Amino acid sequence: MGNKIMIDPITRIEGHLRIEVEVEGGKVKDAWSSGQMFRGIELILQGRDPRDAHHFVQRSCGVCTYTHALSSVRAVEDAVKVTIPKNARIIRNLLHGAQFQHDHLVHFYHLHALDWVDIVSALKADPAKTAALSDNLSNASVGGAVYFKGVQQRLQTFVDSGQLGPFANAYWGHPEYKLPPEANLMAAAHYIEALKLQARTARLHAIFGGKNPHPQSLVVGGVTCVKDLSPDRIAEFLYLWKESQDFINNVYIPDLLAVASFYKDWGAIGGTTNFLAWGDFPTTEKEPDSLFMPRGVILKRDLAGVAMSQQEKVTEHVKHAWYEDGKAKHPFEGETKPKHGDYLTGGKYSWFKAPRYDGASCEVGPLARVLVAYAKGHAGVKALVDGTLKKLDIPVTALFSTLGRTAARGLETVAIGNAMEGWIGELIENVKNGDTKTYQSWTMPDKGMGYGLNDVPRGALGHWIQIENKKIQNYQYVVPSTWNFGPKCEKGIRGPVEEALIGTPIADPKRPIEVLRTVHSFDPCIACGVHIIDPDSNQVYKIRVT
Amino acid sequence: MENEKAFFDKLEQKGVSRRDFMKYCTFLTATMGLSSSFVPKVAEVFAAPKQRPPVIWMHFGECTGCSEAFLRSQYPYVDDLVLELLSVEYHETIMAAAGEQAEEQLHEAIKKHEGKFICVVEGAVATKFDGAYGKVGGKTFLQLAKEVCPKAAAVIAIGACANFGGIQAAAPNPGGYVGVGEAIGIKTVNIAGCPPNPINFVGTVVNYLLLGKLPALDSLGRPLFAYGKTIHDQCQRRSHFENNEFVLEFGSKEAEMGYCLYKMGCKGPDTYNNCPTAKFNDGTSWPVQAGHPCLGCSEPAFWDKMTPFYEPT
Repeated sequence: MGNKIMIDPITRIEGHLRIEVEVEGGKVKDAWSSGQMFRGIELILQGRDPRDAHHFVQRSCGVCTYTHALSSVRAVEDAVKVTIPKNARIIRNLLHGAQFQHDHLVHFYHLHALDWVDIVSALKADPAKTAALSDNLSNASVGGAVYFKGVQQRLQTFVDSGQLGPFANAYWGHPEYKLPPEANLMAAAHYIEALKLQARTARLHAIFGGKNPHPQSLVVGGVTCVKDLSPDRIAEFLYLWKESQDFINNVYIPDLLAVASFYKDWGAIGGTTNFLAWGDFPTTEKEPDSLFMPRGVILKRDLAGVAMSQQEKVTEHVKHAWYEDGKAKHPFEGETKPKHGDYLTGGKYSWFKAPRYDGASCEVGPLARVLVAYAKGHAGVKALVDGTLKKLDIPVTALFSTLGRTAARGLETVAIGNAMEGWIGELIENVKNGDTKTYQSWTMPDKGMGYGLNDVPRGALGHWIQIENKKIQNYQYVVPSTWNFGPKCEKGIRGPVEEALIGTPIADPKRPIEVLRTVHSFDPCIACGVHIIDPDSNQVYKIRVT
Repeated sequence: MENEKAFFDKLEQKGVSRRDFMKYCTFLTATMGLSSSFVPKVAEVFAAPKQRPPVIWMHFGECTGCSEAFLRSQYPYVDDLVLELLSVEYHETIMAAAGEQAEEQLHEAIKKHEGKFICVVEGAVATKFDGAYGKVGGKTFLQLAKEVCPKAAAVIAIGACANFGGIQAAAPNPGGYVGVGEAIGIKTVNIAGCPPNPINFVGTVVNYLLLGKLPALDSLGRPLFAYGKTIHDQCQRRSHFENNEFVLEFGSKEAEMGYCLYKMGCKGPDTYNNCPTAKFNDGTSWPVQAGHPCLGCSEPAFWDKMTPFYEPT
């Protein structure tokens, strides 16, 4: 087997992705998603100590912090055959749950909301009416006319200063913004509240992980934070968890529903066909049976046909990626030789490979997870989904859309966040009974192979490792954004984002807010270059998604 | 001062008392290594900026962990930093504008504030193949760094990647990544760490606003107020080191008793940073407190020089 180099997809996406769409008759006719950065962390890992791998891969993404480290220690634990103690499993789940609370909240308010919310329009709102709207919709702990007037005044002062900073030069006033000024002001106020809250939510990681971003308490065999299994630390965690979950239940979800009610047409735009989830949050040692968010795959939108997903069926294609041509291969066998070339939409156009499940292009992420859980009859998720569909008065089929994806993200935050309370209780019981075991010792074998599968905020994540002479021989990960943002495969089948963009209406090619809505609904949290070609004028508009 | 009164009224509205605020300023002043007579002046910087200083924040080869760390700033929270203290003219992770409009914003800001803006660089610059391994809007990181950085009043490199190349520069460094200073031959202020504590970034900016100059730096460009002492010299577990009390296995009795992590590979003795005193996330914790050895992340080439992480040096 030759050396394997894989682009670092999350970071590359995080940094720089290009999307190109072709518009005809006011609609997207074709689309290309292209990764624009190469870091080569897999190559850097070769020959290193397997115990160090999780620190390296965690630096794939600072937004999806923790998640790669978790997948990596699981892969190494699989290879060295060690089972972690109960407390370690619970603490890992709690850290991961906190990541969902943090990440989804920040995505909704700070990365996605401005596609739907017009901040400038908020300046025209009547604060008293905004207060009434807010009282009617949510149980937010902040509100009232004085509060909203204060927020509006703050925005006005900011605008009057002439230094618009991050709000300068956006698509404000675009006719596709549908919210009334009062709803815009309410959302703007909660944008600021959420900005503060997320700094507190991140403290959940610091309690059992030492810091955030990039917590530092995982090790192969368990966790290191044994001293933090103290009543005061657990109470601190419980308090901050509650503060975050209250905001999610009382502000995030009502805002999501309020915004969605003005954009129901997006329940028919931006859908894909196949959905893959590895599942996550093991509630016992038994996987995948005990996963709180279940493992499964749904093909051709057939919910009744939901099946167990198997890592053996994953292959990666390179025909349209900047690598030397070769057969599609499983991550354990893959061989990757980078070959940077020109950007050619008919040929190679991305640093991403194209992962496929049994040949199918699959969407991963909140919608895939929620659909799999829903199809499997997960009680909590089913009640949340059915309740939301009823409130918005839309059919189940509306889930296969940009709106469905954005709603699923909020709903799973509720489900996972609520479940955390039980896990905290379990931890307290263990400690009460004198069980403070957080680490299981183990010995590094000369040789070994293992994988770790997760479902992290952005979707299904898998790490595969081969150990030889106690060192990393080969390391590969297939990350959510490779699934979602990968290029066409050798059969010419589009990646999920490419597929989702087909048919999207574009009102104004110079300000393609519609493209941003669907691209952002996958939560790329990236800076990417989006190019729109209008065949009539043959003009290329460069749009960078931020 | 009228501004000051308005400022404190606003803080109170947000549930921050004057006392809390002054406590924060004292902490920040101490972190910056200034005498206590500076506390009121630090408070003034937050209370009444005449004109918010323009900041242009560039992203190159990185993971955005440093931006995320910046978002974790508390006292001042990031909304205050962004809405009232600084004028963040360009920052891809938070800005609303997209595409052409975003590029336009960058060019306008450079033109308008040439020689006056603070340029914050996050991420390393790819130098192999003419920088082809990393692009924004069709331009390589290298081209962008050359275009933007020399026009700034000061360049603050935030985090290990922008400082010294970071993880993508680890052997065999496939993309030929280096820190921004080395890439274009300029001096940068290096806020070291992976990611750094946001208080060290805020402290540097406040120093600049307060005294009109950058703080004193060590030979690696790191502000001495934050990176002047080793982790080891400030560590709460130091007495265990002196007493020969070491953790030899994670999860052991010794680990539970908080013994020294030196023999588990802790790089504290070779690492200059203020983690033990400043701590992270509003003083919640830091890695050694969470029972994990220090990785040495504020030192150059730590991915090569400090590994294997779990073996003592």
